[in-house]
Amino acid sequence: MSWITARRRHPAATYAVLAFVLVLIGVGYAVVTTGGAATAAPQATASAAQIAEGHQLFEESCSSCHGIFAEGVSGQAPSLIGVGAAAVDFQVGTGRMPLAENSAEADRKTVRFTKAQIAALAAYIQSLGGGPPIPSAAQVNPGAGNYGLGQQLFVADCAACHNFVGAGGALTYGKYAPPLTASTPTQIYEAMLTGPEAMPVFNDLTITPQQKRDIIAYVTQVRSQPNPGGFSLGRVGPVTEGLVAFLGLLLFLVLAALWITAKHGKAHE
Amino acid sequence: MSNTNPPDSGDTAWQEYLTGGGASAGAAAAGGEGAAPPEGPAAPHRVIGTPPPAAARTMLPASGDGGARPPARELPPDPDDPVRARKAEFVVVACFLLAMLAGLGFLVAYGLIGVGSVTATLHSNLALGLTLAAALLLLAIGAVVWVRHLMPTVELTEQRHPMASDAKDKRAFKETWEEGAETSQFVKRPIVRRSLIAATVPLGIAPLFLLRDLGPLPGTSLDTTVWRKGLRLMTYGTNPPRPITPAEFSSPGGLISVGPEGYLDDDDAMAKAAVIIIKFRPGELQFAPGWRPVANKVVQNWTVDNIVAYSKICTHVGCPAALYEQTTHHILCPCHQSTFDATQGARVIFGPATRPLPQLPIGIDSQGFLIATGGFAVPVGPSFWERS
Repeated sequence: MSWITARRRHPAATYAVLAFVLVLIGVGYAVVTTGGAATAAPQATASAAQIAEGHQLFEESCSSCHGIFAEGVSGQAPSLIGVGAAAVDFQVGTGRMPLAENSAEADRKTVRFTKAQIAALAAYIQSLGGGPPIPSAAQVNPGAGNYGLGQQLFVADCAACHNFVGAGGALTYGKYAPPLTASTPTQIYEAMLTGPEAMPVFNDLTITPQQKRDIIAYVTQVRSQPNPGGFSLGRVGPVTEGLVAFLGLLLFLVLAALWITAKHGKAHE
Repeated sequence: MSNTNPPDSGDTAWQEYLTGGGASAGAAAAGGEGAAPPEGPAAPHRVIGTPPPAAARTMLPASGDGGARPPARELPPDPDDPVRARKAEFVVVACFLLAMLAGLGFLVAYGLIGVGSVTATLHSNLALGLTLAAALLLLAIGAVVWVRHLMPTVELTEQRHPMASDAKDKRAFKETWEEGAETSQFVKRPIVRRSLIAATVPLGIAPLFLLRDLGPLPGTSLDTTVWRKGLRLMTYGTNPPRPITPAEFSSPGGLISVGPEGYLDDDDAMAKAAVIIIKFRPGELQFAPGWRPVANKVVQNWTVDNIVAYSKICTHVGCPAALYEQTTHHILCPCHQSTFDATQGARVIFGPATRPLPQLPIGIDSQGFLIATGGFAVPVGPSFWERS
């Protein structure tokens, strides 16, 4: 401590403390903002018992917002008639539903239901008014897709919001396009098919199932591409670190210049 | 010291050069010729470009000044603290030796690490950069420590002297210049002079010709795109591109990027002709009556079955504006957050753009595919001066 006491009135002490705190905040932020989780998607095969179970689950967990007949509540929650099993599997399977709060964007969070329960809910909603079904495992197999073709389509129609490697991006009024890093192939397919929240709909006639498979192949394959690392702004590269290093060096040079030209008042006072 | 010079002409000249005007008295004493530069051997022609014989060439007052100020020594000969000075000397020498090693390392790295592959080039760049940076940095640190710890810290005041050359120098320069012009035959032989000028004239004009590469002027090419009546809207990004029917593009909230049939691989054409089509639910679009564009309204006759086509090129600075929120019907440009309302003819509701995204008139051909029924009514992309 005497070391600090002796130097705290040094001309450079303010700059040193400032630099130290800035580095501390930067490192702390980098540590805090890392994380993520993955979930698996269920298979849907409707049966009367499943639909009954789904109906009960719906009345318990969903009807308070979506209405007892899933008809929707104006200004609160949309009608679920005709949204299809794919929408249920996506929304509940990514933990977005049940909604935690009425925010601009529903976040991916811990899934509240088991796979069997999600399948039952999906079967019930499907029985109400049809809609897009949950895609089969073969439909979403990334191995059957051409990720080169998928990239062309992704860049044309998806990258504007989701970033060219699926890192996500901001929209208006607090909404955002989520990163696709944790999405399963089934969830990617369902999202294109149903257009959750602000996302446009890409039905199977406009973007064919084969093209959707290409896109899934690209989105899943690009995750394993070499990443230069750091806070890379969606694979743009370690630009942020470069900026920090640049500013840090600039600060160092300013301090060095101050030190070099400082009056050396030890002997000739 | 000039007062003690021997009467030797060469030595006198050297002394005069060193001490400048202060030597004139000595030169006069030696031969009496110092005041007449052109003649005496003691005062030769000055060579252009050499330092002037300024009166105060040293910081100490010249001895011929009259002794108004005693030539007292201002700078202390040694640092106050010899122990600290020893330490500083050690640091300086260490820095300089390390800088030498880093410099040698640079040479060795250049010789040892090739640039045959990408990886080798990366390693070579890293090694060369590090050694060079270390050498320069250590030199700088050594120099700074030297200055701060071994040299005295005394503020010196140096008088400012007039910068204009004196009459003697000006005269000497004029003589040298005229003599050079004469002896080089530049004046006497006009044919040489004129041919030299003739030789340089084309070179002087050449840069003007490079200005041509700034053109050609865009003319009317910014006003129009390749879209014309009858061109099909083809999906962009698919291989091969496909035409679209309203029956396929039937999901409300749908969006897809399209381009003009036959131009999807033409980047120059696509740079202006990129289009997005959006499908709306009945009643969402706010239509304008009639066939012409009306402010903040969609032209109904330019839509098919609640499908609207807008230019994908932002009217601010031309980024692809393709972020579409199907809940709010906002089209967002990712570059500067210009936001357009797709239900109201893509009018600007936020951001720096000043014009709505131009709407492309679309219809259906005999086979049921979406086609353009004409080009854009207004120029797409950023505004420009000559815009009609």
